[in-house]
Parts: sequence; structure tokens; C-alpha cells
Amino acid sequence: MAPPADVTKVEMDIPPQGLALVDLEPGQLAVVERISLPSSDAHFLMRLGFFPGAEVRFCRRAPLGDPSIYSVDGTHIALRAETARHIQIHPTEVESAQANPAEDRPSGDLA
Amino acid sequence: MSSILTKGCCETPDAPPITIGEQVERIPGEIRTVALIGPPNSGKSTLFNRLTRLRQKVGNYPGVTVEQRVGVLADGEREIKIIDLPGVYSLTPYSDDERVAVDVLTGKFNGQPQPDAVLLVLDVTHLSRHLVLAAPVIALGLPTLVLLNMSDLFVEGGGSLDVVKLAGELGTPVAMVTATKEAGLDVVQRFLRQGPDFLPSTLPVLPVVNDLPQCRRWAGQVGNRVAYQRHRSGNWMGRLDNIFLHRIWGPIIFAIVVGACFQTVFGLGQPLSNIFQDFLARAGQFAAPLIPDGIWRSLLLDGLWKGVSSVLVFLPQILLLFLFIGLLEDSGYLARAALIADRTMRVVGLNGKAFIPLLSAYACAVPAIMATRTIENKRDRIATILIAPFMTCSARLPIYTLVIAAFIPERPVIGVFLGTRACAMLSLYVLGFLAAIATARLLKSSILKSNAAPFALELPEYRWPTFQSIGLRLLDRSRVFVRQAGTIILVVSLLVWGLTHVPVHHGSAPPLEQSVIAHLGHAIEPVIQPLGFNWKIGVGLLTSVIAREVIVGTLGTIYGTDPATHSLTLQNALHQDLALPGAVALLVFFAFAMQCTSTLAIVRRETNSWKWPAIQFVYMTTFAYTSAFAANRIVTALLHR
Repeated sequence: MAPPADVTKVEMDIPPQGLALVDLEPGQLAVVERISLPSSDAHFLMRLGFFPGAEVRFCRRAPLGDPSIYSVDGTHIALRAETARHIQIHPTEVESAQANPAEDRPSGDLA
Repeated sequence: MSSILTKGCCETPDAPPITIGEQVERIPGEIRTVALIGPPNSGKSTLFNRLTRLRQKVGNYPGVTVEQRVGVLADGEREIKIIDLPGVYSLTPYSDDERVAVDVLTGKFNGQPQPDAVLLVLDVTHLSRHLVLAAPVIALGLPTLVLLNMSDLFVEGGGSLDVVKLAGELGTPVAMVTATKEAGLDVVQRFLRQGPDFLPSTLPVLPVVNDLPQCRRWAGQVGNRVAYQRHRSGNWMGRLDNIFLHRIWGPIIFAIVVGACFQTVFGLGQPLSNIFQDFLARAGQFAAPLIPDGIWRSLLLDGLWKGVSSVLVFLPQILLLFLFIGLLEDSGYLARAALIADRTMRVVGLNGKAFIPLLSAYACAVPAIMATRTIENKRDRIATILIAPFMTCSARLPIYTLVIAAFIPERPVIGVFLGTRACAMLSLYVLGFLAAIATARLLKSSILKSNAAPFALELPEYRWPTFQSIGLRLLDRSRVFVRQAGTIILVVSLLVWGLTHVPVHHGSAPPLEQSVIAHLGHAIEPVIQPLGFNWKIGVGLLTSVIAREVIVGTLGTIYGTDPATHSLTLQNALHQDLALPGAVALLVFFAFAMQCTSTLAIVRRETNSWKWPAIQFVYMTTFAYTSAFAANRIVTALLHR
């Protein structure tokens, strides 16, 4: 898990590297690495459950394509692509069936 | 103990750290004030309404645009003040809401003593997530009762936890409640009776309260230790979202819901209003012989009763609209609607969250402007506040219905489904909506331009709305409406009646043309003549600055006093007195004009400045005047073609 200090760093100028939340496909799981947004925005997203280390599942897109719904920390949050672009992730396994939705587990190392 | 006293850490350098634990020495005694706090969507408002039974005052915290709700909980002879704090996820003071919550809880808010106790509401179906707020709240050291709300859903879904163990972990009493069904709430009274002498027996081990990730880890660990088992939410949410957020069905259902909303208010509301109107008129006739003939009967019946009842008849429609919005909100559909609307709202520079306030603005701009608090971005919020009064609020219905009924004959347009009158009404709604959109674009590309702030919308689970929760809100709404009809509109009706009866002429009222009100109306006639209005409408415009619906009461009083139109219904009197171009201009004027002192007052309160209400009033009045003038000219030209 990334140290918390990284999260609030202002990194607007650096283009996001690697994968971001916006790159997921419906049904895919990922773990949040960090949020490349100004601290107040990053905090705002953390309050909703997007902590570094938190497991996120891409649920679905809104009927008109955007925003998209993500399941994080036991709840469903809709974010626009313009925001999801700044949440960096590393993907975990593709969820096979609906059998054991990750949303019901507290995310990874938080438990 | 030192872990409780820890100050904020490196993580939030620009936020003032909350010093926890330096609590003020409290004088032992009974609990007089209690603060109610909880995350958004924890059912806090329902609980507040339940506990206070609507004995509450709504205001604003001075200096910030955060709502202040204070209620009274009656416990036998005793009355305990309940302060409803804004819904917050944490006490890291990043937003105004959080700053207010922290200041009130620590007794640092100007003129507010520190509360004697805290009621912390958490949604038990999201316990681990909501426990994040428990750490900083408990760390305050105030006697705290933790209420685990939505326990019915939780238990029915097979969720479980060790409540006693949780109480031990938190060092506070914990109770399972269901606010919507009023289950388990007696525990609040029991807790409050114990007084501030109640202090935790064991000191909990709390995380650094300003470190969100650490708080969340702690919450997860506590959840594990109390054997917290999430309820099975079933796959209802997924299945329903498959329909409501379907690529094709989603928008179709959205359109049907909005359409059904209108159909309910007009299709069902209109006949109900007519029945109610009949009832009110009969009540007047029944009372007539009981009052001695002469000036008193004229004052009470023609002056007051006609004025007040012409406004009261809209109560059924207003209640139906609030019922509809309440059902959508409580069922969880409204958040999905906001999600669908986001893409469209973005075109005008706003986000989906503005959809909820703007939809409520169809009922009334006042609650709508209060509902803009969910919009985090200040500029987006002000833009939404400024355009909300363009939405066709229920206060416009009286004059719209009156003028449409007087001037537009009912003919079918699409079979039995849509008639000319419904069409006219619908086009007025569209007109207001277009004005709102144009204004939003104008604002967002000029004075209220803003950077993209993250837009996030929490999607609640679908729930069956409860009768109690919606009923309570409808009761609240009707009380506000009736109180307004009983105060402002009563006074205005009285004033108008009085002005039609002076100067007294040989002990009786003067002919209407010579009364003071006629002089007032004639004085503004040159200004309104280009719009096609006569002086009687002018008086209505003057009085309706207070509230739009007042014009109907005023016209009722004026035409009722005038011997020429005394025997006619208001509808027929207006039809005789006003030409069609003037009638259309009147509708257009009312679609755009800012005639509502309550809205101006709430905008002043919410933006904390006179600047925005002033801009809004001048802009809307100018817009209304110009458009009404244009409408009058266009219709006149069409008629003489």
C-alpha cells in the first residue's frame, strides 16, 4: 500500500502513468494505488471509500456512457471519466461469476 | 489515553488539526442540548423528524452556507434541544459542513455552547464504512449514544454483529434502531435521562482521528472483532439497475417517470383541487348567514375568505408533487435519475446533482435552493440557485390554471391523452426550463466559470418508501403552505380589501374606480400597458412580489368587490377584462419574473450576501418584462394578420 503522504500530493502536471480506473471494463476488479488530484479532491474521494489499497469493482456505465458506477467499500459510487482518469490502479483478477461479489468484503488490507 | 489526545497528522497539512480530548469541564447536571450527527444517507433526517415530531426550526449557521436545524424533543415535562448537524463522513475539516460539525461539537461555534451529549447515527448495513466517523466523534469525550440505523433491513438480510462487544470497543452505549419504522427509539430518551454523569466505563483505543486511511483500517478491524456479518442485499440492486440503468430502457423509464409526475399533478390534482374548491366555497356560503350583513360580511367573506381560499385550493396539487418527489427520493430512484441526467446537465455546465434540486424546484424553489447543498462546488451551486426559480414552481400554478382556463378552450390534441389546456401548461414548463438552461450557460461561461471539480454520486440501495416517513414530510409541507396562506396571504388580502374600501364615501365603500387601490394601479399603468395589462392586473403584479399565488387572491378580491364582475367567477371576470395578447403576456411574465420574497430571502441566506438575490431579481424581472412585451406584440400581430 502506498504511504498516505503520496495521496494528497498535487500531481496535476504529471500525466497519469499506468492504468487508471477509467481503463477498467465492466466486471473487472482493481486496487487503488493513488489519486493524482489536489488534496481536497483526493480527500473528497477518500471519504467516499477510494483509499489507496481499497478494492474497486467496475459495475456499469450510465445509459449515456458516462458517468460509470464503481463498487467500493461496500457501496456504489458514480464517477465521471474525467475524475476516474486520475485514480491510478493495478488490476487484480477478472471477476469470474456473480457468485462472490467483492463489494461485500472489506477491502484487502483494511480488514 | 494519549492515543485519544493525538492531534492531526502530517496528512492534512493545510487543514487546522482538531484538538481532541481537551474537553471543557462540564458541570454535572441534566442533558439540555444534544447534537445529532451521522454520515450522509444514514437516515439522520428521518430520525431527527421522528425525535422532534417536526417541532423544529430551520436556519443557517452564521457566516457559512450550512443549514442549521434545531428541534425539541419532549421527554415528559422536560424539553431537550436537538441540534441536527450536517451529514458528514469524517471530521477532517475539508468542507464547510465538516468545519461546522467540528466547531459545534467542540463548542467553538459563536454563540453555541458545546452540546451535553451526542447521538451518532450510523447505517448498520454499511457499518465498517460508517464507523470511520465514530472515531473522531467518540474521541470528543462527550457522552455518546451510537444508533445503528436501518436494522430492519440488516436483520432481514441475515446480517449480524455483537452489539455488546461493539459497545465495549467504542466505549459507548450502542443500540439498534429503525428510524423509518420508529423502532427502538425509546433508547434515546433513556440515554438522555441518564445525564452527563454517564461516561464510558472502558476507554476505547481510537486511531489518529484525522488520518482517514487509518480510521478506515481501524473501522475494519472493529468490524472484524465484533463479528460483523454484512446482510445479503440480495441481487435486487443489480437486477433493478439492469432495468433502470439499461442503455435503452433507462432513459425511457426516466422519461415515463417525469411524465407520470406531471400527469399525477395535473390529471389527479386538478379534480381534487376542484372538489376542495367546492368545499371551501360551500364553507363560505354556510358561514355567510352567521355574520351580520354589511361591512363585516364583506370583509370576512369577500376580503379574507376569497383571498385565502383561492390559494388554499392548490394544496392538493402541491401535496401530490411532494408525494411524488418523496417516493422517488426514498425508493432510491432519484439518484439513478441524477445519474442519467448528468450527461445532459453537463452540456449546460452543471452536474447530475443539480437535477435533484431543479426537479424539486418544480414544487417550490425554496426547498430546491436548500437542496443545492449536496453540490460540493460553490460556483456550480450558485449557478443552480440562480436558475432554480425559472423552473415552474407550484406557486405559478394558480395563475397559470386561471388564465389558461379563462382563455384557452379545451380541445383534444392527441385523442384523450392530451388536450389544448395541458399543451399550454406543458409549453409554459418548457419555457421556464429553456430560460433556466440559457441562464445556466450564460453564467457558467462568464461569472461562474469553474474548474472541473470531481463529481461523485452515491447510489443508495433500493428501498420501499414508508408511509410514515413520507407522511411526515407532507405534513411538514402543508403546514408551511397553510401557514403562509394564513399569514402573508391573509395580510395581503386584508390590505387589498382595505384599499378597495377607502376613501370612505358617505359611510360606505367608494366605487372601485375611485378607491385607493385603483389609484395605485393607475399609477403603474403606463409601465405595464406595453405588456397589455390593465390596472387591475397591475395591482396583482404589485401584491404578487410577495408570492406569485397572491395575484389570484388579489384579483379575486378586486373582481369580487367590483359590482360589474361581482357575480361572475374569477375566470369569467378575467376573460371579460383582459385581451388575449395581454393574457399570453401575463403567462410569459409569470414564467420568468422573480416574484417571491421567500425565494429571495432563502437565496440571501444560502449565499450569505445580498449580491446574488439582487442580481437574480434584476435579471429575472428584466427578462420577464422584455419577454412579456415581445409576447404581447407577437400575439397581437398574429391576431391582426
